[in-house]
Amino acid sequence: MSELIRKNASELVELLNSGQVSSVEVTQAHLDRSAAVDADVHSYLYQNPETALAAAANIDRRRAAGEKLNLLAGLPIAVKDNLTTTDAPTTSGSKILEGWVPPYDATVVTKLREAGMPILGKTNLDEFAMGSSTEFSAYGASHNPWDLDRIPGGSGGGSSSVVASFQAPLAIGSDTGGSIRFPASVTGTVGTKPTYGAVSRYGLIALASSLDQIGPVSRNVLDSALLQDVIAGHDPHDSTSLPESLGSMAEAARKLDVKGMRIGVIKELMGAGFQPGVMARFEESINLLQQAGAEIVEVSCPNFEYAIAAYYLILPAEASSNLAKFDSVRFGLRVAPEGNPTIERVMAATREAGFGPEVKRRIILGTYALSSGSYDKYYGAALKVRTLIQRDFEAAFSKADVLVSPTAPTTAFKLGEKLEDPLAMYLNDIATIPANLAGIPGMSVPNGLAEEDGLPVGIQLLAPAREDARLYQVGAALEKMHEDIWGKRMIDFAPELEVRG
Amino acid sequence: MSEITPDLVRHLAGLSRILVTDEEVERFAEQLSLIADSVATVSAAIEGGDVPSTSHPIPMANVFREDIVEPSLTQEQALSGAPDSGDGRFRVAAILDEE
Repeated sequence: MSELIRKNASELVELLNSGQVSSVEVTQAHLDRSAAVDADVHSYLYQNPETALAAAANIDRRRAAGEKLNLLAGLPIAVKDNLTTTDAPTTSGSKILEGWVPPYDATVVTKLREAGMPILGKTNLDEFAMGSSTEFSAYGASHNPWDLDRIPGGSGGGSSSVVASFQAPLAIGSDTGGSIRFPASVTGTVGTKPTYGAVSRYGLIALASSLDQIGPVSRNVLDSALLQDVIAGHDPHDSTSLPESLGSMAEAARKLDVKGMRIGVIKELMGAGFQPGVMARFEESINLLQQAGAEIVEVSCPNFEYAIAAYYLILPAEASSNLAKFDSVRFGLRVAPEGNPTIERVMAATREAGFGPEVKRRIILGTYALSSGSYDKYYGAALKVRTLIQRDFEAAFSKADVLVSPTAPTTAFKLGEKLEDPLAMYLNDIATIPANLAGIPGMSVPNGLAEEDGLPVGIQLLAPAREDARLYQVGAALEKMHEDIWGKRMIDFAPELEVRG
Repeated sequence: MSEITPDLVRHLAGLSRILVTDEEVERFAEQLSLIADSVATVSAAIEGGDVPSTSHPIPMANVFREDIVEPSLTQEQALSGAPDSGDGRFRVAAILDEE
């Protein structure tokens, strides 16, 4: 395995900027790695080595000509397949969009291109990002590089496994209820959901528009910070885009200091239902933060109990509306029943053939939640719970600068284990969903291995809206303490993957 | 027990323009009943209190831009993903039944 691919993105940035390696070399090393391992991991839905290498060669040429380039120029990246790309099919993991090449780039993709970052490929996800395991991808599940029989988390299991298996130094994810943070937790990687509106969602195939947020995926906190600095910023094409800058995340990640910070432990997100190894690692990290000079306080968020219920009403309601655009007319699949069917019958046959089971379940549930007669009882009530959860956060953040919890109740489960039990699958997101409901930023940082199964666990950091920098400051400080104790990075505990010729 | 019967699933699927098989109807009715029972707890959360609704986490009012024509997709680009098109338009099956 090339030494290049094991390096942190920040190290590659230095090598590229000092001219010690070329973008073509770095890009080729990652493409070679994919050729060797992706038949087993299945992170990618699509790769085009030629376009990636052409973008890399272009940056090398511009650098050689002395042009002033973006700090991350030449660093390759993988992009979740629910962001539109004009030079690659965009499926969102669904058969209904098989082979669709969008006529425009997502704003985040435009920013990556402008920064000179070659796109290595499009990563796998649960269909339309509905799921916690990638098992609902219409193109087959991705596998966890720590144990190929286990899930890499979802929906962004393609992006988590692509960085965990060294096929890319960085990836783009999207997080509606934990789809960046849960995969990070179970693959020993870093994933951040920025403040709602911090990163433009233009060109992100919408799941639930009041919850969706694009964010960085990496093996290291500073690496995610560097990426968030590239993709964040106001975009007039997204009316929910925040007009103000949130400052430099990389600067925050370099402080490595938590002295005097008040860190709140959320009482409701621990204990029963959380695996012992997850709790043991969590408590260790709390001690580390305390030893480093942080003040630990306990906070209570009593309405979190209702977060999953509210989420599984709001999300399906919004999704049922967002996915109405897949109507066999403007893009994607068209299936015509025999005879002379009307357009309504064509739509129904197309959506039957093009959508998988989880998407159908959620569309039907959302239609139910919004129908007259059940609206007040379900959707209306869920919107009020959303207010209660925001109030819980407000009260908690009056006592603490950053809140912490385990990212997920368990380590990675086996592929197939929860496939036929939607409610069990939904519980994976118990700790991550509140942040989406309130619009606040959250990050999952590697937190060691669970004793009982030797698999990665994550710790979640949460900050008030617009205070993403606090996550990077605390996350990087905790990561440094861990690495000093372990003598290596979290990802260096991962077993070697079998390499194919 | 929840009110999501097989007939209701069939009705909702019709509203959602999704054909469903008999097997799917049975399975979804069972699964959605469990889910609906579970999410119904939101009613308990707001009992007795006068709680306002939040539909958007970070409210922003009146997000407008200047009323100036900006570049947008060409007709050709807009039609590029269509399953069928002709004369610069999307082509679809009959809107109305013949009967």
